[in-house]
Amino acid sequence: MNQKFLSGNEAFAEGIRLARPQVISAYPITPQTIVVERLSEMVEDGSLNAEYVHVESEHSALSCAIGASAAGARAFTATSSQGLLYMAECLYYAAGGRFPIVMMNADRSTALPWNIYGDQRDSLSQLDSGWIQSYAENAQEALDLALMSYKIAEDKRVQTPYMANLDGFVLTHTYETVDIPTHEQADKFLPSYETDNRIDFDNPKNMAFSAGPDTNYIFKYKEHKGLLAAAGVIKETEKEFAEIFGRTYTGLTENYRTDDADYIIVTLGSIAGLCRETADKLRENGIKAGVVRIRYMRPFPNEEIADVLKNVKAYAVLEKDISFGNEGTVFTNVNSALKKAGADVKGYNFIGGLGGRNISASDIEKIYSDIANGTDAVNFIGIGGEDNGK
Amino acid sequence: MIEVLWLGRGGQGAFTAAKLLGAAYTIDDDKKYGLAFPSFGPERRGAPVRAFTKLDTKPVVDRSQTEKADYIVIIDDTLYSPQLRGLLKDNGQVIVNSKNSIDGALTFDADKIAAEFRLPTANTIMLGLLAGLSGIITSDEAIKAIKGYMPAKIQERNISALLRAVQEVTE
Repeated sequence: MNQKFLSGNEAFAEGIRLARPQVISAYPITPQTIVVERLSEMVEDGSLNAEYVHVESEHSALSCAIGASAAGARAFTATSSQGLLYMAECLYYAAGGRFPIVMMNADRSTALPWNIYGDQRDSLSQLDSGWIQSYAENAQEALDLALMSYKIAEDKRVQTPYMANLDGFVLTHTYETVDIPTHEQADKFLPSYETDNRIDFDNPKNMAFSAGPDTNYIFKYKEHKGLLAAAGVIKETEKEFAEIFGRTYTGLTENYRTDDADYIIVTLGSIAGLCRETADKLRENGIKAGVVRIRYMRPFPNEEIADVLKNVKAYAVLEKDISFGNEGTVFTNVNSALKKAGADVKGYNFIGGLGGRNISASDIEKIYSDIANGTDAVNFIGIGGEDNGK
Repeated sequence: MIEVLWLGRGGQGAFTAAKLLGAAYTIDDDKKYGLAFPSFGPERRGAPVRAFTKLDTKPVVDRSQTEKADYIVIIDDTLYSPQLRGLLKDNGQVIVNSKNSIDGALTFDADKIAAEFRLPTANTIMLGLLAGLSGIITSDEAIKAIKGYMPAKIQERNISALLRAVQEVTE
């Protein structure tokens, strides 16, 4: 086994190397920079046979990836924060054109105030753009998702671009031991990209066209169905992955001690580990605490979440996001899942980690006690509820 | 869990030391786990830098900054302050690179060893001192980490300096 002590960015770059993209176009932005630096070094030293395109902006980075994908190439780009927002226009083109591009996003705060640290407001603001969205917890999962992402995105039933989110710094810049698969394993798992959705002089066809009111809705419906189909494909892909690489993943969500739980924190990304440790500690004192980690925000795990939350006394959604004027977007999605399932459970929203602020074990312990005792619907860690936060 | 807090100035390699410690601890053993991360933010030469290493025999999932360290290792003694003891566990130790003695801290003139081996900074020497004093990692593991994660042309000097540092505190 080839193990290395790598950061999340470096691990993701290793996963992309193994996926053999043919075109990489990127513009550097903290905290994404290392992933594209490593990939450019791999192209330079010949360990990755790809065209590396230095572009002048994020808008061009994704435009270039779309062009490459339209030519039938496997394309990769990466960004973060304002870079993601700058390429927002192209996100919709990539999804609507059904180009299975993979992009790593280093989750980072959005301006103003200017801040380079991690939160999830950048990617969550783009949930409606039509991309699959995964959130990794650690560097190994990041590498494995890099490999799985192409297989899921390129599946004929899906044909949807894939945004792999890594928490800025806490994951992108944290080093840990990572198992790096061999090219032999990776090639067995991920065949080269074959598609009809490409420019082909022998079989010319119309691509990236306009569609008026009479047909437009059909394309949008199919786009929606493609993203929904990803849920099943993710499960199949993880099963195949486990057979080849020996590591198992649990689909759209990962549950921890939820079977008999009274109180559950639903969260996403790298903070989940500390939530699990806190749940263990509380269970030693007889409090039945559990954790649900959302691994995919799109497609959204409606059934998985409703199944696990419907019998709890109360749940919290802990997220590094706020949709100003309402609540955290993950909270909105989780509540909708329960409503659709006809479940009536007390739920509370906790907004934390904005602009990279540390979330401590005691913050998480307090969330469990707050939801057991009842609190405001929306709470800002370190400030308070909607009412006392005024 | 063993937690080490590293203090240095931008350019002194505090984070490199934090990373080498994590790599060394986990390098030979599948049952050992580590995390290493810098105090995140823009890097600037000369500015105070903190770095963290967390080591355990089960996966380290708490990615938050260390609040109570087993060891605080300070590469630049101008960064020492008595208040740092608040970040230390009850039986924790502070190890400082300094010509002077400091109450409540172990001091070593690591810069002198660095000069002997023509090294611009004392980070691997501090790693050697920590290894020798704590036994968290062996010299062999440290050497493997240096060979795995430092540029080839500076490996030999760093290994020699590290071994000298280990010797300094184990004799």
